[in-house]
Amino acid sequence: MSSELVIETKGLRKVFISKERGGKGNGKKEVEAVKSIDLAVRKGEIFGFLGPNGAGKSTTQKMLSTLLCPTDGEAKVLGFDLARQQEQIRQNVGCVSQAGGADLGSTGTENLVLQSQLYGMDSATAKKDAAEFADRFQMTSFIARPAQTYSGGQKRRLDIALGMIHHPQLLLLDEPTTGLDPQSRAYLWGEIKKLKTEGVTIFLTTQYMDEADKLCDTIAIIDNGEIIVTGTPGELKSSVGGDAIVFSFQSEETAKKAQILVTETIQAEKIQTINNTVHLTIKDGERKIADILRLLDAKNLEAQTVTLSRPSLDDVFLKYTGRSLREDLIK
Amino acid sequence: MSMKFLHDTKLMFIRNMQHTVRTPVFIFVSMFQPLMYLLLFMPLLNGLGSVPGIPAGKAVDEFIPGLLVLEALFGTAFVGFSLIDDIRTGVIERFLVTPVTRSSILLGRVLRDAVILLLQCILITLVAIPFGLNVNAAGFLLSLLLYALVGITMASVSYGFALIYKIEDALAPTLNTITLPVSLLSGIILPLALAPVWLQDLSKINPFSYAVDATRDLFSGNFTSLGVLEGFVIIGVMATLVFLWSLRSLKKMAA
Repeated sequence: MSSELVIETKGLRKVFISKERGGKGNGKKEVEAVKSIDLAVRKGEIFGFLGPNGAGKSTTQKMLSTLLCPTDGEAKVLGFDLARQQEQIRQNVGCVSQAGGADLGSTGTENLVLQSQLYGMDSATAKKDAAEFADRFQMTSFIARPAQTYSGGQKRRLDIALGMIHHPQLLLLDEPTTGLDPQSRAYLWGEIKKLKTEGVTIFLTTQYMDEADKLCDTIAIIDNGEIIVTGTPGELKSSVGGDAIVFSFQSEETAKKAQILVTETIQAEKIQTINNTVHLTIKDGERKIADILRLLDAKNLEAQTVTLSRPSLDDVFLKYTGRSLREDLIK
Repeated sequence: MSMKFLHDTKLMFIRNMQHTVRTPVFIFVSMFQPLMYLLLFMPLLNGLGSVPGIPAGKAVDEFIPGLLVLEALFGTAFVGFSLIDDIRTGVIERFLVTPVTRSSILLGRVLRDAVILLLQCILITLVAIPFGLNVNAAGFLLSLLLYALVGITMASVSYGFALIYKIEDALAPTLNTITLPVSLLSGIILPLALAPVWLQDLSKINPFSYAVDATRDLFSGNFTSLGVLEGFVIIGVMATLVFLWSLRSLKKMAA
């Protein structure tokens, strides 16, 4: 195994036995939550694990954090064997679950101090670290209050501080911004990026395309317990096909002339005119757009508006699963 | 016992104690039932005159040790609800991903429950003294240890089921189903000397009836009775087994 890899798994699999009611047979049914997952997370990157609810994201993360025993497969986390070196993994990995796990009846400070002590710090160091993290995550104004009085965003900051208190090299974040307001999301995104610059490797599960797109160096898309595709956001989007460019003109007649002109000179994947607009699908759209505008200008075909849209990760999900991730979210 | 185990248990004990101290009213709420027995039921016992199993004029001396077992059973039976709350908010999972000793997570809670219980037992005993209770001081101190073991047993039962169910709905009926028969079969409210033979036989398989017998002997200063030894051995073994069973449920959560 390469030393550069912080997480490496081979054929990681998890089967739950669930009791079935009302059916025939022995009433037990195997549910394969995670089918066979191979992961390679490099040191220092933000690795996004993107998929809809029930895809197996949290189950995978729980296996990596030693909360769940894999049914099959092997994994190394920070070079430690998941099956045999759980103590070392627990000591060196930070983990923030979806529920968060802050103790609501205690104050933020009490939460942080206890957490630090659970990692073996003495009481003085724990207090110092708690104060430092309160400051770092801008929590000083509310850290002395019981956590049950916190807003969603404040509680999330405490959750993440709890996961980071022992300065882990690897942080597992399970849907860190689900249910947060846009401001809190933006704040947390900033914090996550900052952690990356400090050299922390981050394994982030999310069901949000924009989050994966903005934060992640590498994305693995998971659906029904299987990884469908892995790559950088750019690679994944390019795999879908070209960019979409839309030109609008004064009249349908001009638009038609423009279509003929572009078809003759530029290699487009697809081109069509709808009323007074020309729709193009083209590779490397950002650069081609200038060429096309010059071409149109030369023939006095003046475009009134131009829009360029790159394929989104939603298009990627659609391509590989045949479903839209947003559809799943609505369900 | 390693240093880490003791350290972790201390941390968990303090954390749970902080929660209890923050809502001190609950320490007194669970004392309401035994105090009502003391005030509203014990006068009935005194009025019965000579009853098999109760020496004349000694009703209070027989009744209080059993009443404290009742407090040990019911005072700790519902502690599992607080654990369900901690499971739901993700606190237990957060503890489990740290290197904390697994058994300390439960032991810290159970010890907190035992300390609160002893506080309650002492208060109830103090209230009973004006009612004519005669108690051997050394015997009372030894009894406290036995009450703590009864409390640890019942608290562990409660935590064990909380970890299995993970929701409140099923927990209360389960705990009631357990506490009612074991308290009736302990001869707490009325002596089992009144019972038909089959009921007396049934009470012999109820471990808590040995706690009642043992603490009655201890309260009267009879330290060398077989009942005292039986009480400590049976309750001690049971507390250990039930605690290990609930610990298994905690470890199974991560399976």
